[in-house]
Amino acid sequence: MSPVGTMNLDLDHETRAFRAEVRSWLAANVPTAPLPPVDTPEGDRAHRAWERRLAAAGLSVVSWPTAYGGRDVSPLQWLIFEEEYHRARAPVRINQNGLFLLAPTLFTHGTAEQRARLLPRMARADDVWAQAWSEPEAGSDLAGIRSRAVRTDGGWLLSGQKTWSTRAAQADHAFGLFRTGVDRHRGLTYLMFDLRAAGVTVRPIQQVGGATGFAEIFLDQVFVPDADVLGAVDQGWTVAMSTAGHERGLSLRSPGRFTAAAQRLVRLWCQAGTHTDPALSDRVVAGWIAARAYQLHSYGTATQEAADRTPEPPPPPGRADRPAQAGATALRGSGHAASMTKVFWSELDVALHEVALDLLGPHAETGGLRADSAGRAGDAGGADAWLDGYLFSLAGPIYAGTNEIQRTVIAERVLGLPRGRR
Amino acid sequence: MKLTPSAEQEQFAAALHAMLTEADIPTVARQWAADDPAPGQVLWRRLAELGVTGLAVPARWGGLAAHPADLVVACEELGHHALPGPAAESIAALPMLLTTLGDDALCETWLPRLANGEVIGTLAVPPHVPYATDADVVSLVLRADEQTLRLGVPGPRRRSVDDTRRLVEVADGALLATGPAVGPAVGHALNAGALACAAQLLGAGHALLETTLRYAGQRTQFGQPIGQFQAVKHQLADVAIGLEFARPLLYAAAVALADHPTTTARDVSAAKVACADAAQRAARTALQVHGAIGYARESGLGSWLTRIWALARTWGTQSWHRERIRTALATGALT
Ligand SMILES: Cc1cc2nc3c(=O)[nH]c(=O)nc-3n(C[C@H](O)[C@H](O)[C@H](O)COP(=O)(O)OP(=O)(O)OC[C@H]3O[C@@H](n4cnc5c(N)ncnc54)[C@H](O)[C@@H]3O)c2cc1C
Repeated sequence: MSPVGTMNLDLDHETRAFRAEVRSWLAANVPTAPLPPVDTPEGDRAHRAWERRLAAAGLSVVSWPTAYGGRDVSPLQWLIFEEEYHRARAPVRINQNGLFLLAPTLFTHGTAEQRARLLPRMARADDVWAQAWSEPEAGSDLAGIRSRAVRTDGGWLLSGQKTWSTRAAQADHAFGLFRTGVDRHRGLTYLMFDLRAAGVTVRPIQQVGGATGFAEIFLDQVFVPDADVLGAVDQGWTVAMSTAGHERGLSLRSPGRFTAAAQRLVRLWCQAGTHTDPALSDRVVAGWIAARAYQLHSYGTATQEAADRTPEPPPPPGRADRPAQAGATALRGSGHAASMTKVFWSELDVALHEVALDLLGPHAETGGLRADSAGRAGDAGGADAWLDGYLFSLAGPIYAGTNEIQRTVIAERVLGLPRGRR
Repeated sequence: MKLTPSAEQEQFAAALHAMLTEADIPTVARQWAADDPAPGQVLWRRLAELGVTGLAVPARWGGLAAHPADLVVACEELGHHALPGPAAESIAALPMLLTTLGDDALCETWLPRLANGEVIGTLAVPPHVPYATDADVVSLVLRADEQTLRLGVPGPRRRSVDDTRRLVEVADGALLATGPAVGPAVGHALNAGALACAAQLLGAGHALLETTLRYAGQRTQFGQPIGQFQAVKHQLADVAIGLEFARPLLYAAAVALADHPTTTARDVSAAKVACADAAQRAARTALQVHGAIGYARESGLGSWLTRIWALARTWGTQSWHRERIRTALATGALT
């Protein structure tokens, strides 16, 4: 039995108990005052310490197998965890690039040795990870990267320049794509490297709100052992596309984030007493609807995923290929459906924050200069948090593959329209 | 009714543009934000030499007594260059407020000096303009409401997302005026400020469109300029359409402010709503088309983005302006 029936929104007993447990732990443990900004030394320490506390409580990586510090909860329970986490306004996950992007990739493409070596440390934020994909000349055109890995005794030497790497200024390790052959897609290898290694130089970059949320990474003959190749040599593109699926899909920006923001928005709207402007009220309502749509859509996906994990009973004779089912499966199964999710959450995030700023009116511009590049959505009352959240939301349609790129992927790969020229 | 700039206005705009281009505004703005307002103050004197600061000041008090359309032309240019300083306040709202109030002593004290650039002024009009912008670096600070006009006493400073906007809370100082004349004067000042604000928004939006068009022509991905992708073209086309159709509303509002008191509120509000929407669309698109580099402070795009985010919500929110239009339409001001 799936925890959420097709026409039933009630959670089963086990899931409800899980929600209650998470809620009460967070209520007792989330710091009442916000931690210092994550890109400062104090903030770095505080956010790592928070991760260790979560890990000690068994709540850092609930969806992972128990062997690596997780609790092996169902996809639906993971969504519930995320809802509770954001509802409680718990600190930003300093290691989100590791937890939400690299870890799923390790589960699919890593070796048992890599998983055992890297995952437990990641779960406790002993190692904080940065994603080093983009280069000055290769953003949307990721396959155009020029940084290379050259064979050497027992490993590889990395050279080149990466940029816009979130958290790289404070992270311990990074994962990225490097050119190992001439073929545009089949000449790339996925490698993990130590940001403190000889030959690595990191330059923090200030963002529009003032925070140094991302950084440039210069690599000069940086040695990486063979053990840190993820997937096969020259197969990095395939591995990267699996990471990208997690970045665009539910993993990086779970619905809980937006349901919490929508609730705060509704509270702000009630407080602001601006119910009289129908245009603003309509936008509050539209934001609430969209956040709920993302939440319900994800419940459906999660439930389906759980069902897919359990072996299917053989189809009754003559009903093996009902067209409706085939269509639905094709959409989901294409692997590109995550692009739809990405466009949806990123537009939703901007919309929620835009309305909040409009409700705050001339006070919206004050306070909160620091846009944290993994920022938290705003508080009901605070202009600071909404402004930070707005700046952060504006990056959503850019990172994880711009929304222009996603729309083309949706049109061509999901909907099957003819491929355009690139 | 003429809704496009005249030849003289175009010349005026060109002269202003040339001066501001030469002035290295990004550096001046950084200094202004970093508590070094001197270079900005020098620049404001140059504005005075070109006549900008005296546009809304009557000839009797040393100004040019220009049409509000000239004010629009000037403010659009100031917005285009993201000039730091309280432009809507000092150039538009304050002169209109003092002139409409008609207190000769006040006019004589302040208007000639506002016109010749000796004084930069600012004001708070809560709740629409809750802070007096740059009150800590200018020499005239007022605080107005429906009933009273007072000197403003600068208090704590609040930071703005646009770090050149030095937002200062002001407390009540000496009473300057009270009585039935104050309300209409403050109302007129609000309209003038909103108009100047709308013009700056339009100018800033155009600046972003131009910068972004340049970038889209230069940046290549997938072996071609990104401007060649239809998804990029369409977004920029929509920005251009928004800005193009906001401008006539701006000029109509200037005409109304000069000659049609019954439709001023409606027309100024329509201009503010359209310019703010168009500028905000320009801001989002500029950032989107630049990609990550637009999000990095060193690209400089932020000066316009943050200015737009701030100006779009001050001198009356979009909600307040829409409400004024609704009221005007419902009460039959249909001309
Ligand atoms: C806050 C933030 C955090 C980031 N963090 C990381 C990180 O941790 N690690 C990392 O590696 N990268 C990171 N990035 C970089 C991000 O992945 C890139 O910004 C993104 O891939 C786009 O590349 P670009 O910025 O070079 O823009 P470009 O690729 O130059 O694109 C510019 C514009 O052209 C459009 N365009 C390009 N190609 C096409 C096309 N074929 N069709 C239609 N339109 C097109 C784009 O949609 C965009 O609007 C981050 C970016 C931001 C803003």
